[in-house]
Amino acid sequence: MSITDTAPVPATRDERGAPVVKRKERAGVWLTLLAWAVGILFVLPVVWMVLTSFHSEADAATNPPSVLAPLTLEGYREFFSGGASPWPPLLNSLTASIVSTALVLLLSFPAAYALSIKPVKKWTDVLFFFLSTKMLPVVAGLLPLYLFAQSTGLLDNIWLLIVFYTSMNLPIAVWMMRSFLSEVPVEMLEAAAMDGAGLTRTLRSVVAPVVMPGIAATALICFIFSWNELLFARVLTATVAETAPVFLTSFVTSQGLFLAQLCAAAFVVSLPVLIAGFTAQDKLVQGLSLGSVK
Amino acid sequence: MTSVAEQTAARPGTPPRPPGVARRAAGWARRAPLLPALVFMIVVTQLPFVATLVISFMDWNAYYPDEVGFAGFDNFKRVFTDVNMRDAVWTTILLTAGVVLISLLLGLGIALLLDRRFRGRGAVRTMMIAPFLVVPVAAALLWKHALYNPEYGLLNGALTRIWGLFGSDNPPQPDWITNGPLWSVIFALVWQWTPFMMLILLAGLQGRPLDVIEAARIDGASNWQIFRSMTLPHLRQYLELGALLGSIYIVQNFDAVFTITSGGLGTANLPYTIYQIFYQAHDYGRASAAAVVVVLGTILIATFALRTVSSLFREESGR
Repeated sequence: MSITDTAPVPATRDERGAPVVKRKERAGVWLTLLAWAVGILFVLPVVWMVLTSFHSEADAATNPPSVLAPLTLEGYREFFSGGASPWPPLLNSLTASIVSTALVLLLSFPAAYALSIKPVKKWTDVLFFFLSTKMLPVVAGLLPLYLFAQSTGLLDNIWLLIVFYTSMNLPIAVWMMRSFLSEVPVEMLEAAAMDGAGLTRTLRSVVAPVVMPGIAATALICFIFSWNELLFARVLTATVAETAPVFLTSFVTSQGLFLAQLCAAAFVVSLPVLIAGFTAQDKLVQGLSLGSVK
Repeated sequence: MTSVAEQTAARPGTPPRPPGVARRAAGWARRAPLLPALVFMIVVTQLPFVATLVISFMDWNAYYPDEVGFAGFDNFKRVFTDVNMRDAVWTTILLTAGVVLISLLLGLGIALLLDRRFRGRGAVRTMMIAPFLVVPVAAALLWKHALYNPEYGLLNGALTRIWGLFGSDNPPQPDWITNGPLWSVIFALVWQWTPFMMLILLAGLQGRPLDVIEAARIDGASNWQIFRSMTLPHLRQYLELGALLGSIYIVQNFDAVFTITSGGLGTANLPYTIYQIFYQAHDYGRASAAAVVVVLGTILIATFALRTVSSLFREESGR
């Protein structure tokens, strides 16, 4: 039975023997049930969102809830074809997230290299500088960026968001990349240098295989943060460069409340993150904890 | 970027140069890859902050464009005497501390539950992660409309159903957001952040030296004793990491406050308040002064927190 505690119960542990094991087994069943209950409780709102999104508006807004109501795609049809189209905001979010992620990787890899494999002097200070920018509340830079955008005509331009998202994610990426690069054994680098391998060759055949999963995790996290961002997108964009989260908030206020439609919209906007996150669960935490959790 | 690094990197095969030049070249070879990221960060994050600092000493309201001028410390005086601002500070502290503490404790409990092997452990873990993967605005909208709504939200719907089971057609139907606005926000955020804390702590639990614990068990230590004197000290740095990262993100929370209560009913935290002063009142001077105050406060806390992190990262810093 896999339900019982797998830590082997040493036979010498207790002279009473069997009854103790049985009691442990029963406690184990309860703990298992508790774990399942907690899991279901946490996933319930998400399940409810998905279920409601497939209900008709009339069935969505009932009390008590109608769980077994017939399923329909009405909410999705209304979301995609009724009123303002969600495609431009979704494409804007996709562009902003992908391009800024690419920029972050391009900037953070060399920086992390300089902070780990051949560290510059006072590299810890530099590293903490990067982290400290993350502690600077973003609202502190909002107004000047807005005024800058206003005077240069960059307001409602997706490129401004891309630059901002790059700066938002760069510190995290540098920290993560550094911790992944630190895993490259020094002996392997020395061996490569002894064999006369140049920088490009060393990077390609020694460093890359070790850090590739780390780079993927970094990219994933940068993508998610950019995709999720609301405050700056709301202030700096309007109709042209509007992103999916901004669209989601304006969708509610302009349409009045259609619960099924709202759930469909929330699910569609969350889908890329849900897919990316589920496929890389472990990497996600490791990345979010700046690579310090192995 | 890589081309810059390649050009400047000292190759082992290059002919020997005078020592001083070589040393300087090697130093630059080490620094060069760092510079693009460093320059970019300074330009994009520090320059705007300097601008904020300048504007905070100015009289500048977009509604009165002719009255722009030097204000001295007036904006700061207004920030410190503003009741809303003081409330926002208090709200931010309550919100952050509440969410971090509750989700950390819940996360610890759930991590301990998931540390055992049992049937469907992977499934439960996957279910636990789901809240963290819903886009924050979507999650906030979900809580506000599909769960908290007093007429057809799931919470009151469930109450109706449960009361119905016992033959009562008069179930309590509280208006959650109106009755406990700050709690409504905290609860929604705890739901989103508990999975993150759980995963960090689970990783910590699984990095425990099992043989030592086994030895303690053989020596007759109870579960509680093992937890108190072995598991908890081992988890300490993971708890600190979770609290630190959680605080960094939750102090700056805008999405949940903006969506669930629109900052009403005493839930306006600092980011939301500054957003309002700037975006709705268009009082640039005062918004900037408020932002500067927030930054100073954050620096104070961050210096303290960074000490903790430095202890966290000390062990791996030898290279």
